[in-house]
Amino acid sequence: MKDYNLTHLRELESEAIYILREVAAQFERPALLFSGGKDSIVLVHLSRKAFYPASIPFPLVHIDTGHNFAEAITFRDDLVKKFNARLIVGSVQESIDTGRVVEEKGINASRNVLQTVTLLDTIEKHKFDAAIGGGRRDEEKARAKERFFSHRDEFGQWDPKNQRPELWNIFNGKKRMGEHFRVFPISNWTEMDVWQYILRENIELPELYFTHEREVFFRDGIWLAAAPFMAMKPGEKAEKLNVRCRTVGDISCTGLVLSTADNLEDIIREIAATRVTERGGRYDDRRSDAAMEDRKKEGYF
Amino acid sequence: MTATTETEFSSKAYLNMQLLRFTTAGSVDDGKSTLIGRLLYDSKSLFEDQLDAVKRASVQKGSEHLNLALFTDGLRAEREQGITIDVAYRYFATPNRKFIIADTPGHIQYTRNMVTGASTANAAIVLIDARNGVIEQTYRHAFLAYLLGIPHIVVCINKMDLLEYRQDVFEKIKADFNAFVEKVLPGEDLRFIPISALKGDNVVKPSQNMPWYTGSTLLETLETIPIDKDLDMVHQRFPVQYVIRPESDEFHDYRGYAGRIAGGIFHPGDEVMVFPAGLQTKIERIDTFDGPADEAFPPMSVTLLLADDIDISRGDMIAGAYDLPKASSEIDCMICWMNPKPMQLNGKYAVKHNSRDARCVIDAISYVLNISTLEQIQNRTSLAMNEIARIHLRTTKPLFFDPYTTNRQTGSLILIDEATNETVAAGMIL
Repeated sequence: MKDYNLTHLRELESEAIYILREVAAQFERPALLFSGGKDSIVLVHLSRKAFYPASIPFPLVHIDTGHNFAEAITFRDDLVKKFNARLIVGSVQESIDTGRVVEEKGINASRNVLQTVTLLDTIEKHKFDAAIGGGRRDEEKARAKERFFSHRDEFGQWDPKNQRPELWNIFNGKKRMGEHFRVFPISNWTEMDVWQYILRENIELPELYFTHEREVFFRDGIWLAAAPFMAMKPGEKAEKLNVRCRTVGDISCTGLVLSTADNLEDIIREIAATRVTERGGRYDDRRSDAAMEDRKKEGYF
Repeated sequence: MTATTETEFSSKAYLNMQLLRFTTAGSVDDGKSTLIGRLLYDSKSLFEDQLDAVKRASVQKGSEHLNLALFTDGLRAEREQGITIDVAYRYFATPNRKFIIADTPGHIQYTRNMVTGASTANAAIVLIDARNGVIEQTYRHAFLAYLLGIPHIVVCINKMDLLEYRQDVFEKIKADFNAFVEKVLPGEDLRFIPISALKGDNVVKPSQNMPWYTGSTLLETLETIPIDKDLDMVHQRFPVQYVIRPESDEFHDYRGYAGRIAGGIFHPGDEVMVFPAGLQTKIERIDTFDGPADEAFPPMSVTLLLADDIDISRGDMIAGAYDLPKASSEIDCMICWMNPKPMQLNGKYAVKHNSRDARCVIDAISYVLNISTLEQIQNRTSLAMNEIARIHLRTTKPLFFDPYTTNRQTGSLILIDEATNETVAAGMIL
């Protein structure tokens, strides 16, 4: 008797493709939030699969803090060209220049929080009614409560205590003018699932994810990249070490891990052995126990 | 051995794992959060930073032990009040399976969350406090699992440590539960496990304190519950989700119907009927990004190409030509009402069924079900939040469906309030 079971990765893939098609069908102006990180790269891959042989029916939106790893931007532009995708950039620098936001000061200053305003402005400017994101429920405790289709009011706010129930695979994307949805097709994936999928599908990633030599410094148990806009405290000093990124975001809050892994198999081995979550290296989550919940309520990714 | 170690995470094994989705139901203080914390902790699915955070919080709150329940409380209000507000999803894996837990609160007023968590589950854990035995809420939980079509129920009798791990306690609760089940939940796959979530007995590790219990631990049970019979592999059903038209020179005349197989196994050459057109044609090809497929079965997402040019759009249904779904705008179903604003008899709502959108009027409430006693209450004209009822609805256009007991996907629907856009009810078609 033949075995009609999908393996768990194929089931997750099928679920994500289903969600992406649902977005294209239910919304008039969807967009895919592209950070240059592995999760959004996987989303692009899944989108190509979902609409093959047509091209991806929505643009990629990058909220650019200006504090990027150069490699991530190069990778982004190559990817857009290769898959004939459309790219829209929302600039945090522009939000600062036009006075929409005020740059944080001090040693732990980060543009991470400022992104929320730029993101919401970009959504409003282009009248996007659905923003697809690579958020996963295993990442963080507030995200564990997130729906696949997450409703945002006209101020872009999330109301976690008042979410629509989500049943079976029926997704309710109905909304009023000015409201929008955040959609998370890989909600049910874990970090390990993402890496195993990247390996299985042979998905290309920025070099940042693999070991490289970089100037780094140590703060509060996290290695951070040295960069001109990263102020260092007295006593902190930059040194050249072999590191790689576990997540890729804004430089100011992306923690690096000491690693010699230069291929996917080694990275997977490293992740299986590691005892710290990937957000454990996110400086932005450490601000308080509910840091992510608070940012999400305001409209963060 | 079940614990995950680095060497066992070889990619080859990982790519062969299966997925089990389960939900947990228990009353307040039955130790549900502790049980989930225990599963994650003993299966080594927690990370150091999560552990540290919980250790710090445990000390801060004056707990004597590591407070395992803190692993699952996500939102600020939950940590402050020590309760679970909403459905949260947890993940862990062993070398054999990957698990998704829909963690739902047990408060009486949160039936809607349990229904939500149960809608996608293959198995349900029903938790009973050994000191209280089978109580009214146990019946509610078991019945909801049954109503939502969860084929496997694992009854965990918890806090055995507080009753000297006595076998007679376990046997008594098992007998009480069985007496209820035999009457109303025919055909359920039931298992009973005596545990202590706090101390770890029979959750991941076999208990040294209950030598009289020779069955599997909870984790072994979850790893071996058969899941291959849970989807409908018989009746061919393909709700059309999206029409793919590349409009490029290379694929000039391409017209593919994208969707997820809801039932049966499809092959190129199969005779199919298209609803609502009522026309018969053949499957010419099953397309995927990775190349054409010889067959497609639930829950695969694929694209079907048909032999004939038929006008098909989102919301239509492609089904096996000799095994048709019901096509009707008169629908009987059980519903769970999920909104604070009560349902009104003769009220009009939007309905979503698979990819199909329609409007409907609820023109009869056959009865409201007391899910603790299963008593049928007649002559009601409204339905409050968390109530379950059998209703009749008339839709503006026909739906193409199967009974929920045959196919959980083609047999389910949701109702939406057209003024607020909120999802107000979950429906299981009879």
